[in-house]
Order: sequence, then C-alpha cells, then structure tokens
Amino acid sequence: MSATIDTPGPALTAAGASLPSRPGLRARRRRNLQILRITVLVLLGAFFLVPLLSTFEFSIRGIGDAPRTFEAWGRIPSDATLRSAIIDSLLLAVLTSVVALALMVPTMIWVRLRLQSISRVVEFLCLLPLTIPAIVLVVGLVPVYAWVHYLAGTDSILTLFLAYVVLVLPYVYRALDTGLSAIDVRTLSEAARSLGASWFDVMVKVVVPNMASAVLNAALLCVAIVMGEFTIASLYNYVNLQVAIQQLGLSDASLSMAASLSALLFAFVLLLLLSFVGRRRDRRGKA
Amino acid sequence: MTETAPAPREGSAAVPTAATRAGVEVRLEGLRRTYGAVTALDGLDLTLHPGELVALLGPSGCGKTTALRLLAGLEDADGGRVVVDGKDVTHVPTNKRDMGMVFQAYSLFPHMTARQNVEFGLRLRGQDSTRRTARAEEMLELVGLTAQIDRYAHQMSGGQQQRVALARALAISPTVLLLDEPLSALDAKVRSQLRDEIRRVQLEVGITTLFVTHDQEEALAIADRVGVMRAGRLEQLGPPTEVYAHPQSPFVAEFVGLNNKLEATVTAGEADVFGQRIPLVDKSFRAGAATALIRPESIKVLAVDHPDAEGALPATVLASSFLGAISRLTLDAGPAGHLMAQLATADALEHPPGAQVRLRLRPNPILVTARD
Ligand SMILES: Nc1ncnc2c1ncn2[C@@H]1O[C@H](COP(=O)(O)OP(=O)(O)OP(=O)(O)O)[C@@H](O)[C@H]1O
Ligand SMILES: [Mg+2]
Repeated sequence: MSATIDTPGPALTAAGASLPSRPGLRARRRRNLQILRITVLVLLGAFFLVPLLSTFEFSIRGIGDAPRTFEAWGRIPSDATLRSAIIDSLLLAVLTSVVALALMVPTMIWVRLRLQSISRVVEFLCLLPLTIPAIVLVVGLVPVYAWVHYLAGTDSILTLFLAYVVLVLPYVYRALDTGLSAIDVRTLSEAARSLGASWFDVMVKVVVPNMASAVLNAALLCVAIVMGEFTIASLYNYVNLQVAIQQLGLSDASLSMAASLSALLFAFVLLLLLSFVGRRRDRRGKA
Repeated sequence: MTETAPAPREGSAAVPTAATRAGVEVRLEGLRRTYGAVTALDGLDLTLHPGELVALLGPSGCGKTTALRLLAGLEDADGGRVVVDGKDVTHVPTNKRDMGMVFQAYSLFPHMTARQNVEFGLRLRGQDSTRRTARAEEMLELVGLTAQIDRYAHQMSGGQQQRVALARALAISPTVLLLDEPLSALDAKVRSQLRDEIRRVQLEVGITTLFVTHDQEEALAIADRVGVMRAGRLEQLGPPTEVYAHPQSPFVAEFVGLNNKLEATVTAGEADVFGQRIPLVDKSFRAGAATALIRPESIKVLAVDHPDAEGALPATVLASSFLGAISRLTLDAGPAGHLMAQLATADALEHPPGAQVRLRLRPNPILVTARD
C-alpha cells in the first residue's frame, strides 16, 4: 500500500522546487524582448518617417520666402495629366484585381480539391514573376503586346492590366493560399457534396465565403501594387500615376511631392484596412 | 383542393420513423481499391439490411474509411459494385447519391449558423423557406439542440457540432447514413453520451447506417451487427454478442478484448493451461496444442502467501494503470510472456509494481485457437 503512495512523492516535490524560479525568468525574458521590440520599432519608424516628413515639408514649403501653404495639395485634382493618370491607375487596379481573382480563386480551389499532384507546379508558376525583374518582363512582353494591340484594335493604357496580372500573381497566390490553408477545404467540400452540392456550389457557396478575407486581402494587395507600379508603364511609354508623378517632378516639384505622398497615404490606408479586416474576421473566428 | 395538399415526402412534419420510412438495403460487392502499392480494400463484401446499423471495426489502416468513402462516392472503386436499394450506384457522383455523412473532423460550414447548416441541403434541393425552417427546427430538436439553433460552429462545443452535423445529414432524408468515427474527437464522457444519442436517433428515423470506428466498446454498444475488418477484408460479421463470445479468429478475439494468449493443451473439451483445467466454449475443438485466449478480467492475481497460490503461475508486476474503479496490471509471467490482468482497484493496490504474485485463471469457459 505505502509503496504506491511513495512513488509519486519525489516527483511532485521536484516539480514544486523548480516552480518559483520559472515565472521570474520568464518575466525578465519578456521585458528584454519588449525593450528590443521598442528599439527596433523606433529605429524603423525613424527610417521610414524621416523621408516622408521631409517630402511633406517640401510639398508645403512656399517658393522663396513665402509662408507655408497647402496650395500644391489643392492642385492635385485640378491638374489634367495627374487626374487622368489617377483615373487610369484606379481603373487598372480594379481590372487587375478582378481578372487576377477570377483566374486564381477557382484555379487554386480546384487544385486543392482535385489536383493536389500539380499544386507544386502551380505554386512555382505563380511565384515565378517574383524572380523576374520588371525590365525582363517588359522585353519579353513586347511581342505579346504587339499582338494584343493588334487584336484589341487599341493600345489603350488599360491593356497594361495583362502585364499587371502577371506581376500580382505571387501576391495573390500567397494571400489565397493562406486563406485556403486556414479552412479544412477537403472536409467542407465533401460535406457539401454529400448534401447534394455540385462542384460549382461547393466553390461559390462553401469555399469562397469562408475565405472571403483572403480574397479581400488579395484584392487590396493588387490595388496597392498597381497604384505603385512605375517601371512597366514607363518602359511602355504609358502615363500611369507613378509616371505622371515622376514627370511632374521635373516641372512642378511641390505638386509631384504632394501627389506621391497622397498615393502613399492611399496605399497605407489600404494596408491598414487590410489588417483591420483580417483582425476582425479572426476575432469572429475565435470568439 | 387536391393540388394544395402537401407533397407526401417533404411536406409531412413528422419525423420519418422506422415505420413510415423503412431503410433500404445496401450491398458492397467485392469492392477493391488500391493507392499505389497499398491495397486499401481487397474485395470487401458487406450487406446492410434495411434499417440496420452496422459498425465497421478494425485497426488503423485496415480500410474502414475507404469502404465508407466508396459507399459515399467520395472515392472511385477499382473493382466491385455498390448497390443501394437494388440500384447499382457505383458510378453515381456523391452529390446525386443522397447519403448523409458525419465526418471525424468537424465539418460544419463556419460561415453559417446551426440552422443554416441544416438548411443547406434543403436549399440545394430548392425547398421553400417555410418548409426548410420547419425541417431544420425539427432536426435540431431531434438531436436536442433547440437552444443553439442560431449559433455558429465556433460558438458550440465539439459534441454540439457533431450533433448539428448529424441533424444536417438527416435533414435531406438520405437513403443511407454514414458515420466515420464521428466521436473520436470528443472526450470520453461526451462520447458515450452522443453514441447512445446517435443510436436513439438512428432507431427513430429507421435509416440504414454504416458506423466506422476503431473503438470496440463503441462498436459493440451501438451496432445491430459488427463487422471486424483486417487488411481490406471483412474478417467476421455478426451481432455484437456473437462477435464478443465467439470470435472466429485470434485477430478478432484480440479486437474484442481477448488480449492474453497462453499456451494450452486441449483434451476432451477442456484445456490444460499452466496446470489448470478449464472448460472450452467450443467443446468440439480438436485435441492437441492450442493457444488459449484469455480476457484480462479472467486472470486472478494472488499474493505469494495466499492459500490458493500453491502451484499457480508465478509472475512479477511490471506496471499498474489506474482506470477508476478498476485497474490493469501488466505482468511478466516468465516463459508465458507478458500478460494483462484487470481487477478492482482496491485489490490492485496490494500488488504494486515489482511485487511477486501468483496467477490463476477463473474457471469460466475459454476460447482456444490453433497455435499460430
Ligand atoms: N488518399 C490516399 N492515398 C494513399 N493511400 C491512402 C489514401 N487513403 C487511404 N490510404 C491507405 O489505404 C489504407 C486504408 O486506409 P483507411 O483510411 O481506409 O484506413 P482506416 O481503417 O480508416 O484507418 P483509421 O482507423 O486510421 O482511420 C491505409 O493503408 C492508407 O494508408
Ligand atoms: Mg479512418
């Protein structure tokens, strides 16, 4: 009888003895980590903020000895080139996200559900554009664009969306992949199938609604990337937002600064929105 | 007036019972399925009678899930047929088979409430919302979840989620109900509770059901018949009491809790096991060397100085695991190998690990098999 009671005894006291030292150690470690975090944050913040603040300061500086003024900011919507560039970039952003999503959402769901074997190949293809410099892409796409312009009967700036879809592919892939990994696509689709859902129903009524935040993420990333794109547009001699800003810089520096800052702010707001949406969905998921 | 009368099937508010909606017969004929070099199903034959609950029992990887998925149409068979209610459905896609499924993994649609989940299948069938709502409420009531009707999956416990999944599967009035270890993610208490509940609902609805599990207790408790599978084939199929009392092979015996094997010599309807003569269940077993299959609860553990210990099998206690009112001792019986004994915890405490003991068998009739 006594033997069985004795055995767990030593083990218990050993665990008890090691207990007091642990919380202290952990607290110290946590404090150190906190300090490190704040330092990194301040340094990075300065690194990013100083140029932005300088840009801002420049955009409101008066000419010569004139007082500070927001006059350049006021001119953003009234400058014709800038305005049409903004509209074109926004249209391109919408077109790119719609096409990229229409292409990728069904493809990725299908690959995950039915074609696991080629998922590596799809991943490789989608991430490939990351490794190709924009200039190479442009050179490679020149003959393609010759055909596109010939077939479409127009060389409108909006045809740029074709190149942009390729450009955003890796980001869309990553965002959607994260969303798909977060749900048990296989079980959900099998449950839906057994209840009588066609493959189309499975995608539209079950999978997509459960990866809505990933789809939104992908769309916002597309918009941010397209709004910030310079190289491809410039090399094809199109005037999108960034090209317009660069050209303005030569003639009207304050306006160019104001415009580029507002483009940045726009991207910031998008990214904030993105993390906000993500967080709200997470909370709903956990509650 | 006649055209306004509700359609007989969806319209009736009453839960279909065994009487109103008898289950259908399901036959799996020579089902075969391989994955590369692995043979998951090796010619499985299984017939489920109308309204019957058959539990498929077997070790991990023996093909239980594969059998169920073939029946559901989630996998294609390499050979054999699936016949439901006399119709060959081998090549009918899952969404046309009308089978209700409950999965091991939680499978509720996360963006829908319990009610919407249950309505999903009805919505796909184009039922109007009044009927849908009525049916969903009726089904959720059947599984005892009226209070959680507007909750999302993440607001429910695992057991509640599986109940909703059951309600969702039954809402479409399926021909067959398929359950793949629906309880294995739940803790012990909820598990046995929900197990009984599944059985109650199944009897109430009268639906032919295939229940896959690797838990023998679960299978024996819930099923009309238990099928023990081994390596893609059915080893034995029969009522729980029969499978338990008359396992047809050592494999089945081990699966229903006969996990001690002792050398024995059979003579005239009795076995000689370590000097003890024990009657056989099967008196006609041929004489000669055999293996006796002994349940852990049939082994008596005696202290060395116990009056009955004289001449009993000596053993050393290796380990003791406490299971509440009962405990299990792992014993080293020298040449007889390792044995498992089950006894009241109060008695087990007298034999701590390391203690020398003597073993005797209770004189209940035992099973023997040919020495393998
Ligand atoms: N998709 C698959 N690809 C390759 N092999 C598979 C696949 N599904 C099952 N198998 C193999 O088929 C065999 C039977 O698997 P199955 O899932 O039917 O076993 P099980 O009896 O359900 O086991 P468990 O109790 O672990 O669920 C296993 O050897 C398994 O490795
Ligand atoms: Mg399984």
